[in-house]
Amino acid sequence: MKRPDGEGMGMVRMGVGRRTFLKAAGVAAGAAATSGLAGILEAGRAPAFAQGTKLHVLRWTDFIPEADAELKRQAPLASKALGAEVTIEFINVNDLQARTTSAIESKFGADIIQLLWNWPHLYASALVDVSDVAEPIGKAQGGYYDVFNTTSKVGGKWLAVPHGVIGNTVAYRRSWHAEIGVTEFPKTWDAWREVGKKLKAKGRPIGQALGHSFGDPPTFCYPLLWSFGGAETDPSGKKVVINSKGTIESLKFFQAFWKDACDEGGLAWDDTNNNRAFHAGEISATLNGASIYIVAKRQQDKIKDDKGQPLYLDIEHGAPLPGGPAGRFALYVPFQHGVMNYGKNQTLAKEFLKWLHQKENYEKWFEAEGAYSVGSTKMWEEHPMWSKVDKPLRVYQAAARQARMYGHAGPATANATQVYTKYVIVDMYAKAAQGQKPEDVAKWAEGELKKIYE
Amino acid sequence: MLRRLLEHEQILAGLLLLPTVLILSLFIAYPFAKGIWLSLSSATVGNPGVFIGAKNFVKVWNDSIFQKAAQNTVIYTAIATVFKLGLGMILALLLNHHFRGKRLVRASVLLPFIIPTVLSTFAWKWMFDPTFSVINWTLYYFGIITQRIPWLSDSNLALGSVIIVNVWRGMPFFAITLLAGLQTVNPELHEAASMDGANGWQRFWRITWPLLLPVTMVVVLFSVIQTFADFQLVYVLTGGGPANSTHLFATYAYQIGVAAGLLGEGAAISLAMFPILFVIVILQLWYIRRVEGA
Repeated sequence: MKRPDGEGMGMVRMGVGRRTFLKAAGVAAGAAATSGLAGILEAGRAPAFAQGTKLHVLRWTDFIPEADAELKRQAPLASKALGAEVTIEFINVNDLQARTTSAIESKFGADIIQLLWNWPHLYASALVDVSDVAEPIGKAQGGYYDVFNTTSKVGGKWLAVPHGVIGNTVAYRRSWHAEIGVTEFPKTWDAWREVGKKLKAKGRPIGQALGHSFGDPPTFCYPLLWSFGGAETDPSGKKVVINSKGTIESLKFFQAFWKDACDEGGLAWDDTNNNRAFHAGEISATLNGASIYIVAKRQQDKIKDDKGQPLYLDIEHGAPLPGGPAGRFALYVPFQHGVMNYGKNQTLAKEFLKWLHQKENYEKWFEAEGAYSVGSTKMWEEHPMWSKVDKPLRVYQAAARQARMYGHAGPATANATQVYTKYVIVDMYAKAAQGQKPEDVAKWAEGELKKIYE
Repeated sequence: MLRRLLEHEQILAGLLLLPTVLILSLFIAYPFAKGIWLSLSSATVGNPGVFIGAKNFVKVWNDSIFQKAAQNTVIYTAIATVFKLGLGMILALLLNHHFRGKRLVRASVLLPFIIPTVLSTFAWKWMFDPTFSVINWTLYYFGIITQRIPWLSDSNLALGSVIIVNVWRGMPFFAITLLAGLQTVNPELHEAASMDGANGWQRFWRITWPLLLPVTMVVVLFSVIQTFADFQLVYVLTGGGPANSTHLFATYAYQIGVAAGLLGEGAAISLAMFPILFVIVILQLWYIRRVEGA
């Protein structure tokens, strides 16, 4: 098995036992939390939070229900440990920003909010500096993935505590690919187009979401842009460079790729359509998190292939998206927890985050995720879980190392978020898929980006 | 003392109006004034911003996505309203006849209007699903189509599809209100016209339509306001995609104001609806007064 960035997997120690890992983790945890929970536990008494103190945590409803179930199980344990009542509320991911905005504007709402992507930049003025929590955790647990330096850190301060990264790789049907002589996932876009062409001819197209949806469409389009050398801005983040040869080449490629290899209904797909289409045997491959595999395995009695066998046995997860002339890249979904500055229990909120990241607590959530979300620090690549997860999911083990953030080649500022939320990059490819001239589409995107960045 | 005060007509009227005034001030006047302020400011989430004049309006005016959203909103409202009125009228005329189970039919006609929009729109989302559309499956099964119809994937069809759902949801409101209007039309007028040899169409055009016009105008007025500011339906069905082909004022304002955190710009997009709606409302109210005065 190859590491997604091309290095061998040998560096990741697979033989670490659970006990050894926990022992090492315990030492690290102690170091991380000397001023936090460990200190409290050492003192043998609950912290001095007033009786009846409540802590409200707002999170998305996870695509892996078992992960939410684990957090629900942990809430009373945290309440007991912290001497306060911890409530975790789960809401639809698409409602998270509306709730965050109304909480910030009304200065009333959850004490801790889960923030996706680079939202700490967007809500910087409403977030508490949590460097005192984030830094020790990062140091003790092998260091955060680079992407968090871009997303959670604003002006040199940690405004959110990194929690995890959701990787996206291509899930594909092993047997269908084998039927056309493909045993290894294509490494280049051109090669994938050829494979997709053969599959589409057999009524088994590649499925790619291109609608206005938060995950799959952008995580496909941005890496495609980068792999052809396209970028939103120069490194300063102030000069728009989207209308480039690289971008136009990527659009030309995509236009042909879409027609030759893809299910053209994908223009209206959101993040759930490709899961359903894959499970129903309508598509041969799709960019996705591990949820297609995990759900197919957990519901193996229901989700079967055309031969009546459990579908998960025929699912392979390729490396990340193929590469282009400029390289091979990935946009993953990093997420973190922010402590809101309107909250009355900011100290408690920080203590809770320390508690959440205690190895023995975090580990259980991490295991429940089953590779859908990986850890926020590199230490979790060495967790014994990886030797237990099914082979197709091991591609996620170190995948987060190569995650880039939107806004590239500039910083991931709030402007980059605006481009993302207006779906300018996604729509650029959607317009190309609809048959508009690549040159015109790149020019359109340039106009939109200039209004935002310049 | 209190009784004497309450006997004073103006004081009593003022007191009776007070709760309404308070509620309107709190939930309509204040948000409206706040919206105007936001649209003239550089406010972002968590930052109150400063006064920047009409900069936000200039920015959105030059924004191609805003222009597309404005165009979509006008098309969406115009086509949906015409169909809701036409089909609602036909339905009302049919329901005005006597037949067995009339009450049950009348009650069930209201179902699309009663079911929460988000819920029914999700059902439509399934029906328009690019892969599993039950409509496509049925048409394919009966040999009417050989390829899937891209209900939500094709730009033009996507706008058409959201209009279909809007018509489906809004038609009962037209039908029931027009039915109430129809029942106030004196049957003797129809009988007299029949005796004079007027056919069905002539009776409708010369008697029913003129008498129903004030009610029709009021229903159209309400519908235009609601359709113009529609949000849930598009948000659930397409999120404004593909490639912004279904964005309306409200969905785009949400995207900019909430998702991108640009409250000032989002408010400006929202308020851009106001002058258009204002003109429509004034014209319609003027017309209603004229019709009623005639």
